[in-house]
Amino acid sequence: MEVPDGRELLRLSVNREDRLLLVRSHTTLLEVLREDLGLTGTKHGCELGECGACTVLVDGTPQLSCLLLPAQVEGTAVTTIEGLARGSELHPVQQAFVAQGGLQCGYCTPGMVLAAKALLDENPAPSRDEIKEALAGNLCRCTGYASIIEAVEEAGRMLS
Amino acid sequence: MTTIEAPRDERDLRVVGRSLPRVEAAAKVTGSIAYADDIVLPGMLFCKLLRSRHPYARVLSIDTSAARAVPGVVAVLTGHDLPVNYGIMPTCEDEHALEHEKVRFVGDPVAAVAAVDEETAQAACRAINVEYEPLEAVESIEQALIPPDDEPLHDYAGPANVHRLAALEFGDVDAGFARAAHVREDIFFFEGNTHLPMEQHSATAQVVADKVTLWSSTQDPHYVHRALAKVLDLPMGKLRVVAAPHGGGFGGKCDPFSHEIVVCKIAMMTGRPVKCTLTREEVFYTHRGRHPVLMWVRTGVDADGRILAMHFRSALDGGAYGSYGPASTLYTGALQTTTYAIPAYRFEGARVFTNKAPCGPKRGHGTPQPRFALEVHLDKLAADVGLDPVELRRRNFVKPFSRTVNWLRITSCGLEEVTNRVLEASGYARRERRRGHGMGFAVSSYMCGAGLPIYWNKMPHSECVVNVGRGGVTLYCGATDIGQGSDSVLATVAAEELGLWPGDIRLVTGDTGLTPVDLGSYSSRVTFMAGNAAREAAAKMRALLVGVVADEEGCAPEEVEVRDGKVGRMTFEEAATLAEERFGVLSAHGTYTPPEGIGGRYKGAGVGPSPAYSYSAAAVDLNVDPGSGEIRVNKVWLAHDIGRSINEMAVRGQVEGGVYMGLGEALMEAQAYRDGLHRQPSMLDYKSLTFLEMPEVETILVETHDPEGPYGAKEVGQGPLLPVIPAVVSAVHDALGVWIDEIPVTPDKIVRALDARAKGKEARYGPKRFPDIPYPDLVKVAPPDAAPAAL
Repeated sequence: MEVPDGRELLRLSVNREDRLLLVRSHTTLLEVLREDLGLTGTKHGCELGECGACTVLVDGTPQLSCLLLPAQVEGTAVTTIEGLARGSELHPVQQAFVAQGGLQCGYCTPGMVLAAKALLDENPAPSRDEIKEALAGNLCRCTGYASIIEAVEEAGRMLS
Repeated sequence: MTTIEAPRDERDLRVVGRSLPRVEAAAKVTGSIAYADDIVLPGMLFCKLLRSRHPYARVLSIDTSAARAVPGVVAVLTGHDLPVNYGIMPTCEDEHALEHEKVRFVGDPVAAVAAVDEETAQAACRAINVEYEPLEAVESIEQALIPPDDEPLHDYAGPANVHRLAALEFGDVDAGFARAAHVREDIFFFEGNTHLPMEQHSATAQVVADKVTLWSSTQDPHYVHRALAKVLDLPMGKLRVVAAPHGGGFGGKCDPFSHEIVVCKIAMMTGRPVKCTLTREEVFYTHRGRHPVLMWVRTGVDADGRILAMHFRSALDGGAYGSYGPASTLYTGALQTTTYAIPAYRFEGARVFTNKAPCGPKRGHGTPQPRFALEVHLDKLAADVGLDPVELRRRNFVKPFSRTVNWLRITSCGLEEVTNRVLEASGYARRERRRGHGMGFAVSSYMCGAGLPIYWNKMPHSECVVNVGRGGVTLYCGATDIGQGSDSVLATVAAEELGLWPGDIRLVTGDTGLTPVDLGSYSSRVTFMAGNAAREAAAKMRALLVGVVADEEGCAPEEVEVRDGKVGRMTFEEAATLAEERFGVLSAHGTYTPPEGIGGRYKGAGVGPSPAYSYSAAAVDLNVDPGSGEIRVNKVWLAHDIGRSINEMAVRGQVEGGVYMGLGEALMEAQAYRDGLHRQPSMLDYKSLTFLEMPEVETILVETHDPEGPYGAKEVGQGPLLPVIPAVVSAVHDALGVWIDEIPVTPDKIVRALDARAKGKEARYGPKRFPDIPYPDLVKVAPPDAAPAAL
């Protein structure tokens, strides 16, 4: 069967699972994750790449899924917040956010956790300035950021 | 009045006061918690609203025929389908879910489309043809005071476009000024700003049989429930409103909204579930945020710097609708007296309608603006009379367990202690004095819940049920966790009483169909009110279990310890089984109603009373570049009288978040308009602090153990924001010697003030005049016997 005009056949690897999808060509990765794959842990905050709530990892690098077309990530490994824990065991970054109170309403948290994981994968013992720099594209309106910084530091200690 | 059990010896507290992770934290870090927009129902339609592009216009006609013909469109609505007016305040029900006669701001909804997907709904909205007759838009407070050429925004407005006026006098203000050794007047302006929650508003409705359920990102499902019953003309029993897990409110999700009403109506019409999620731009125009307020204040002091009289005037730019406006207006005059013992006080307030997005409650509701004005005014007054600004404040501090001149009952009050602790930690008195570096100090106070409900009734403000059974312990309460941690508070209180851990308590909250009422997450009321209700319910359950175990073990109930998952020698589950054998269903309830007599009896006395007040003090250390006016905040110290922490980690989080939001308002956030259009309706252009701008915050918690708070607890969600803003202004003055009497304090204002000083003019940037406002005759209220005048 032919792919109709305006649609695209995609093969994505999301959270270590291969998915075959037929989507409208102009839908963003964010929409595909949330609406076609039901991975609603990835949040939309601004639709314009300004807030970081929709951050996912593409081959381990934080990317804004609201600014990506799914075709751009074919052949890569996409990780969303749902792909971080191993079964019921939270990833150390998730554990640290819980333990340090690094979240309140929690809406920015998936993006924040993934951006923090990417940072710690590259730099397990970042300075406070390095943490701030790495997470500056992720907005949070609840916490005042301090507890998030502490969570990232704690996660770094747990990972190393 | 609720009877509250005397607090048990605090040494007995096992869970209250600890730093514990939030009960829902794991669901949030894994992304598994479902916010309103994460809800998907079978056969669901998607709804978009068509909004006005005109700030002010008559709607001549709406042609929806082309929209109805778009393939995939299932329903198109206009105001004719929803003719019933509503509004959060009973005195100004001036809104319609869809306006079909007149639009009053850019963003006012006029039509709605439901379709098989969002894109189709959006395309169909564009196909609706609305014919408008533009009217002359009202853009400012001054303009709103002039009789309009066309017609006022609302029939009930007037004079001109004035929405609400208030004029109150407590004690003899003229006599106070006559006796004053020094009198000073100042004018201030606080620009509006918005909540900017990370989550856009979203609502989904479903009809099953004849019952409607709405899931919404609301802060107060109870008030939405009431508005829906009115607009949809349904009995409340046919409606259920569920507050979905919440992605941030800060006051912005406290009104009943068009999209909530529209999805219910479409679900009723089509029989299919319907969702409407706003875009970020729509959130900016939905607003209900901080009012722009122009303020004039005059204070007279004696030779020792003691306040003899104060006269405070405010003018609020309310935007297009009433919203919480009457309360917002009175709040700009209510809490000046809860920090300073003002023996004679006059307040004149006005709110006007303009053709901008409606203003409403934002964290601190109506009090950050006057708190900024008051604190900066006192700094200037202190300089006039040659007193240290902290010392002038101290000489006027209210005392614990006193009554203010406007009849507010003060109970626990840690004002002296928060002041001392911040001064000590920050080294404010020993601060380094050099050009470009400054420190500022300010204090504030906030309510632990509004003393009266929004609509008059004698029912409890908060109700809880605790059930124990074979499914464990479940607590039911209408309270809504908007990220502030109220679920954790409720679980901690129940756990404390039942000898369990917060994680052992299952919570059902914010659901008008399943939970008893709680009025909602506004006015910092949940810890105090729902906390007390939960405590009463859980304490009754504890007593029931203890009684059964005492009988079984043949001892007195006082000898039965409830701790660590045990009731006496039995496990909690064994005790519960025994009790269920004897009594059947194990259910206990608790309620909270604020006590009588915490406020006055005059018209306007409904705003300000609270069962307790929190107190905060802030010191801000910053650098300002004298060339560019750029500010870098180095550190903020914030001491807060919390009464008692229920969960210290959550309390610190609220303090840090409050400081963050206060700094954003002080330095950059502005909801400003040009020709009726928001100047910066995106998260890039609307500036807020990122990790890079946010300074270190040192949080100091002071515990005053309020006699009526649950375990002595008071609020923390709103209070800590308040002193930050004036402390920033004060620090800028300390650094450069210029007063910025207008919020936000942006670099251009600092440069202009420096330029003015260089030209020999006043070293100040800010408003120069306060408009003539037709305030009504003063309502003169005799002060209470215990007011400072009589002491």
